[in-house]
Amino acid sequence: MTESLRTPLLFALVAVLIIGTGIFQDWNVALLLLNYGLISAIMALGVNLQWGFAGLFNVGVMGFVALGGLAAVLISMPPVTEAWAEGGARTIGGLLIGAGAIVATIFAQRKFQGRLKLWGTIAVALIGFFLFRAVFDGGVAAVEAVNPAGTGYLGGLNFGGENYKEWGFMALVAWPVGGLIAAGAAWVIGKVALGLRSDYLAIATLGIAEIIIAIMKHEDWLARGVKNVNGLPRPVPYELELQESATFVERANALGFDAVYASNLFTKLLYTGYFAVVLLILLWLAQKALNSPWGRMMRAIRDNEVAAEAMGKDVTARHLQIFVLGSAICGVAGAMMTTLDGQLTPGTYQPLRFTFLIWVMVIVGGSGNNFGAILGGFLIWWLWVQVEPMGLALMNFITAGMPEGSALKEHLLDSAAHMRLFTMGVILLLVLRFSPRGLIPER
Amino acid sequence: MTDFLNALVALTNFVIVPGMAYGAQLALGALGVTLIYGILRFSNFAHGDTMAFGAMATIFITWTFQAWGISFGPLPTAILALPFAIMITALVLLGTDRVVYRFYRRQKSDPVILVIVSMGVMFIMNGIVRFMIGVGDIRFSDGERFIISARDFKAATGLKEGLAIKTTQGITIVTAIIVVAILFWFLNKTRTGKSMRAFSDNEDLALLSGINPERVVMVTWIIVGALATVAGTLYGLDKSFKPFVYLQLLLPIFAAAIVGGLGNPLGAIVGGFIIAFAEVTITYPLKKVLGYLLPESLEPDGLVQLLSTDYKFAVSFVILLIVLLVKPTGIFKGQSV
Repeated sequence: MTESLRTPLLFALVAVLIIGTGIFQDWNVALLLLNYGLISAIMALGVNLQWGFAGLFNVGVMGFVALGGLAAVLISMPPVTEAWAEGGARTIGGLLIGAGAIVATIFAQRKFQGRLKLWGTIAVALIGFFLFRAVFDGGVAAVEAVNPAGTGYLGGLNFGGENYKEWGFMALVAWPVGGLIAAGAAWVIGKVALGLRSDYLAIATLGIAEIIIAIMKHEDWLARGVKNVNGLPRPVPYELELQESATFVERANALGFDAVYASNLFTKLLYTGYFAVVLLILLWLAQKALNSPWGRMMRAIRDNEVAAEAMGKDVTARHLQIFVLGSAICGVAGAMMTTLDGQLTPGTYQPLRFTFLIWVMVIVGGSGNNFGAILGGFLIWWLWVQVEPMGLALMNFITAGMPEGSALKEHLLDSAAHMRLFTMGVILLLVLRFSPRGLIPER
Repeated sequence: MTDFLNALVALTNFVIVPGMAYGAQLALGALGVTLIYGILRFSNFAHGDTMAFGAMATIFITWTFQAWGISFGPLPTAILALPFAIMITALVLLGTDRVVYRFYRRQKSDPVILVIVSMGVMFIMNGIVRFMIGVGDIRFSDGERFIISARDFKAATGLKEGLAIKTTQGITIVTAIIVVAILFWFLNKTRTGKSMRAFSDNEDLALLSGINPERVVMVTWIIVGALATVAGTLYGLDKSFKPFVYLQLLLPIFAAAIVGGLGNPLGAIVGGFIIAFAEVTITYPLKKVLGYLLPESLEPDGLVQLLSTDYKFAVSFVILLIVLLVKPTGIFKGQSV
């Protein structure tokens, strides 16, 4: 099979898989799969930028995705005026003191000399920390005391007032903002960690992702923590509104659809449109970058850092640049996902699903090739979803001969859901062994 | 004086004893990571799930023993099951090496490829553990619950503060000491151990002097299997067994290994205790201890808890960062550059 045929054929396979899901299962399932596939493809694009272009080993994808989700809340939810009045200023003031304390500590570490360097720095850090806690804790308590069952957080920046849900475009605004927040975090992390060797960078990013999740789980004033934020505004009409609209029902019936079914499909299709536009824009940018002098420089750095440095390239600065860009893309995808879910649930962020699965997508699809990463995003996501019913069918087949109610049979049927992790591992290992450059290799 | 003793007992009860037990568990985990890094030269992301696998094997054997009516008196049955679980885990690791890792070793792949390969192994191990034992919380500790219970201690000493040492904590520390002693004896005194250290220090030189690399790798996997099983079982005995937790342990374990100096066994132990004590001290509310020590007028109002326990990851992480920035090879000189 020639190289030029390979890419369209593989993408046709993905199309067949998704359409097949629609025919054999349900079109709603197929569209949902497609939407999450689009989001996964965008995440894979971000990781591919870092790993495929620059060889940066970032296993903190989950953190950036979660920060994007946080942006969706902070932008598209309405502010809680009462909470702002009670403790908003104090909370923000505390945060500013905290930031000031960090700056002062870094400053002390740079300026103090001799024995003062260690103890002086520690003293500045401790004083800063206690000042921060003294101001910040009071503010947080005040904010969280305001209607803890309903809000108990500061809310976002949607100034639509009572009808904030009609300001659905705020959700669209949140997507690039998610990218910006993730980029900001990535800049700080990159400044500290990018000087390290690849394994250390991996451990550092792994840790930072866990810390970001811990913050989102436990800082209730920010986004309600594990109490979750529900009912985020969305950029598409609500199914119920569509079902009540006479014109929509009429058109749906004219096409031979039930109004409820049609409204579900219609909203999902709108999301598909939005996500596809974002993916195409990002793909276009990534392709432009890959084929520009900048992209060639990146690959030169990846292939031989020493040589690139000898040619006068600032390796650390370029690494920082691409680390920020890739993380920003993951942040955009995270914001999109939270909008699609309609809720932010920090408890559901797990490294296997949001970091390592994305890595499987990139490696299987083909690192260093944007089309490969996107293909991997769709293909692996389809498998991730479909392996569960397949596993259940397999277990049903295996256990068919066993007596009804036997403990082994029940255990096997219950455990079928865990087949997907196993399958992902096997796929990753098989690809690494027999096609280490992925399904669509780098050109 | 009694105030001082009370403070000391409170500190021992809430900080030192749990810190020792947790430190021992981390140290055993970090030893496994550091050995693989030293001999096979990659960071093994699957180590957390290897620990989960080892603990799972122990649990299944413990259940079998309990069903047969075998018990270990006041000690948990799991201790009896440990040797068998080690054998199973070591066999699984040897199988993984044969099927997965050996190919890349022969190809002389980049270490980072091996790290990605270990990600695949992590998925498979995690899947197997979840598949076999489920995701629920499992307590498999039996026998006596306490070596010293708080009530007995108070009655015996007449102090206001009680000191409780759980059997699992005692076992953790004793087992860890035994395992570490055997490991260091093996590495320093036996021929195989010496060849392992030589291989870790300089691979080419070791090969030239006739050391069989496949044998060194095989022994390493067996030792790693033993360490991971013991660490996983002890952690599961002390807290409870939950497959998901072991993935999260990966971070403090790596932090411990790196802080001590990757590839250096002694460093792994020291690193484990540093991380454990830092985590426990910083997330423990010190109000009680300070309340005894300080005069009443100075007694703190708040809990004097520096960080909430939710951020214990942040502690190991910050220590890791500081060490990496100040002394990139770790406290004891590791292999890394």
